[in-house]
Amino acid sequence: MDRRRFILGSAALGCSAAASPFLTPVALASGPWDNRLVVIVLRGAMDGLDAVRPLGDPDYAGLRPTLNDGKGLAVDDYWALNPALSPLLPLWQAGEMGAVHAVSTPYRDGRSHFDGQDVLEAGSLRLDGDAGGWLNRMVATVPGMTAETAYAIGQDRMAIMTGPAPHLRWSPEVTLEMSPQMRRLLETTLHGDPLFRDAALQAVAIADGMAVDDDGMATGNAASATALAEFTAARLREETRIASFSINGWDTHAGQAGNLSRAIGQLAQTILTLRDGLGPVWDRTAVLCMTEFGRTARENGTRGTDHGTGGALIYAGGALRGGQVAGRWPGLSEAALYDRRDLMPTGDVRAVAGWIMRGLFGLDADVIAQSVFPGLDLGTDPGLIL
Amino acid sequence: MTFDSTIAATRFGTGLSPVIEPPWDVDGMLVLLSGPDRAAERLPITGMAGTVPSMRDMQQATRARREAAGTPRQEVTTEALRGLNREANAVRGHNIRSTIARGVIAQDGLRERLTLFWADHFTVLAKNSAQRHMLTPFVSDAIRPHVTGRFGDMLKAVVMHPMMILYLDQSRSLGPNSPQGLQAGRGLNENLARELLELHLLGPQGGYGQADVTQMAELLTGLAYDADAGVIYRPRWAEPGAEVVMGRRYAAEAEIGTIHAALDDLALQPATARHIALKLAVHFVAETPDAALVDHIAGAYVASGGDLLAVAAALLEHPASWSHTRAKVRRPDLFVIAALRALGTRADALMALNTGGFGRLIDRPLAAMGQPIERPIGPDGWSEAAATWITPQNLAARITWALQRPGDVVDRLPDPRAFVVTAIGPDAPADLVFAAAAAEKQADGIALVLTSPAFQRI
Repeated sequence: MDRRRFILGSAALGCSAAASPFLTPVALASGPWDNRLVVIVLRGAMDGLDAVRPLGDPDYAGLRPTLNDGKGLAVDDYWALNPALSPLLPLWQAGEMGAVHAVSTPYRDGRSHFDGQDVLEAGSLRLDGDAGGWLNRMVATVPGMTAETAYAIGQDRMAIMTGPAPHLRWSPEVTLEMSPQMRRLLETTLHGDPLFRDAALQAVAIADGMAVDDDGMATGNAASATALAEFTAARLREETRIASFSINGWDTHAGQAGNLSRAIGQLAQTILTLRDGLGPVWDRTAVLCMTEFGRTARENGTRGTDHGTGGALIYAGGALRGGQVAGRWPGLSEAALYDRRDLMPTGDVRAVAGWIMRGLFGLDADVIAQSVFPGLDLGTDPGLIL
Repeated sequence: MTFDSTIAATRFGTGLSPVIEPPWDVDGMLVLLSGPDRAAERLPITGMAGTVPSMRDMQQATRARREAAGTPRQEVTTEALRGLNREANAVRGHNIRSTIARGVIAQDGLRERLTLFWADHFTVLAKNSAQRHMLTPFVSDAIRPHVTGRFGDMLKAVVMHPMMILYLDQSRSLGPNSPQGLQAGRGLNENLARELLELHLLGPQGGYGQADVTQMAELLTGLAYDADAGVIYRPRWAEPGAEVVMGRRYAAEAEIGTIHAALDDLALQPATARHIALKLAVHFVAETPDAALVDHIAGAYVASGGDLLAVAAALLEHPASWSHTRAKVRRPDLFVIAALRALGTRADALMALNTGGFGRLIDRPLAAMGQPIERPIGPDGWSEAAATWITPQNLAARITWALQRPGDVVDRLPDPRAFVVTAIGPDAPADLVFAAAAAEKQADGIALVLTSPAFQRI
């Protein structure tokens, strides 16, 4: 985008609509990569043991007397998917979706959503506001990135993307509907102030892009996850390479069967919308769904689960090797549990993300272990990249 | 000094209004500020002790529900907890509406701005849903009564308040060599000590080291909050021995007086004076303020022993405060408050908003503008940088609000040609005066005024 084209003044009032930069979608600058990474933050702590059920574990049924409803969708002789994941079963079978189990961030024992999400998004136990989120640090390791390369989407704060490296954020709920006359007048009132002028110019470009891409886009709460995914896919088809947004509603202390189905249903719809929206780009895309921690191994008295430790990471995308539950399974016997209550984490979600970024973007393992996730032991390659 | 009524009302107030006169001079502003708190009288916000449901009510209901799980009482306890949550939400909504309405109708806009400033300086966040409706009461208890008093008194009120103790984990901190610490095999939580020194007192360049943080944390051990007993001091949790913070030694006695003494001392440290002077200048005047202005405020702080009325007077009497460069951009909450004020919105119209109306007018727009209510990212509060607030999305949300929402609260939109002067003052830029008159409908004209840099910058 050439901001100098935005030379305006009262003269612009006389210009034709087509010549006005506010009315013309602006070409976005290009990023250096071809692969795409989407990180979906599942806020509220997804119960990995219910999303991807270890039916083959001898202790599972005893821990989950009602949640193990016998309706799990078997994907092999050990694992079954939560029935709400049924829309994604074809993806699993096609090798375009999988899970890594018994993983967590390094956060332990506090079991607070806020602190847990802070650690997940900072990618570190050191919560230094200046260091930003790990996606931002990843972008910062590559020279020549433009703001369009990385996008935080939606109204959640997405600390994972904040930091000094350039990035954009937008929520598809924010629209910018104005008459052409209003746009022209706004140009005259903002043109003298570069901060306002440039932000408005970019806002108009994004909003126009949305209007073109998502004609008749669904609105309302039920459709908001779809709207996020549609918008994300539209950006990724263009110059964006990294996108992140969140899906909420995973804190299932009571009545988990219904509440988790709703959240998982939203996630499934989101992934399908991304796949449909990305078209051929899906083959070059990795989607990681990460949560702040898992939930208690044992079902509680209100047919729910409480805050725990180890959990599951769900992934999808044509760039990844799916159709498997990766990770090292620790078992669910009381002695194998963390604190005798939670799934024992045997892997670090950051290492999973690190290997995937290495495969997608060709980052050095050293860069990942020093700059993106300082101090992380990457361990062995889980081999998730095709 | 070049006093300017428009600057007084915008940079040091909550904006211009068609029904409230702007300040005429600094003396008048200080007379209002040192007088009774009229806005709080008109729109009261109850403190934590008087807020129903209490945190204890919430905890008891949560416990009752957990214990009744799987028994015949499950349904009735679940319904009871739901009822309390509804009540707490209603209290929270009422308090937030009151806070906004105070800014919209206050004669003494400076008091509103100082309250917001100090509440941000001592940011607390809710850690769970039982705490969310106590955030505004925290401001009523610990911040607002002290904005014209001594900083040391505000500091003590904040540190001794349940919400700060809970937010920065003070109840979990115990002296590793205290009777309780030895028994439990646990130790310090430095959270409150660190944020006190870095954010609330000396500042990041305040000349303290890790040893000061650890000593401060040891000094604070024993201070805790318990929903049944309130704020308490537990001598069995206190680290034995004397502590040395910033070169000063505090008594070995395990008693709350030691904490008071240390806070009183730290409040008067020169580094604290400079840190607070800089923060005030950055908040009100410019991201990189005139050094002379900061020196002047810090000098008044030291000379008065942290008298915040004298500090406010120092801010107002320095010529750099009246610069005609509008370096600051209104934060989203101040943008919405100033817009509602310029529209002549009445307090009762705001207080009468139902949940849906409040969501449309205030709650969701502020989130879209980048400032979700009561949810800054961390204890350092909201950003002072204009670039944080004027991003493409955040500006789009301001434009959309300005186009769509003004009609929600007033019966009739003002004439944009008059509104330019009402909202911006007599020096409105010529191109804006022209644009407001050239809009094809009234709502567009109003939006052009509210979205103009002349309105958003103060």
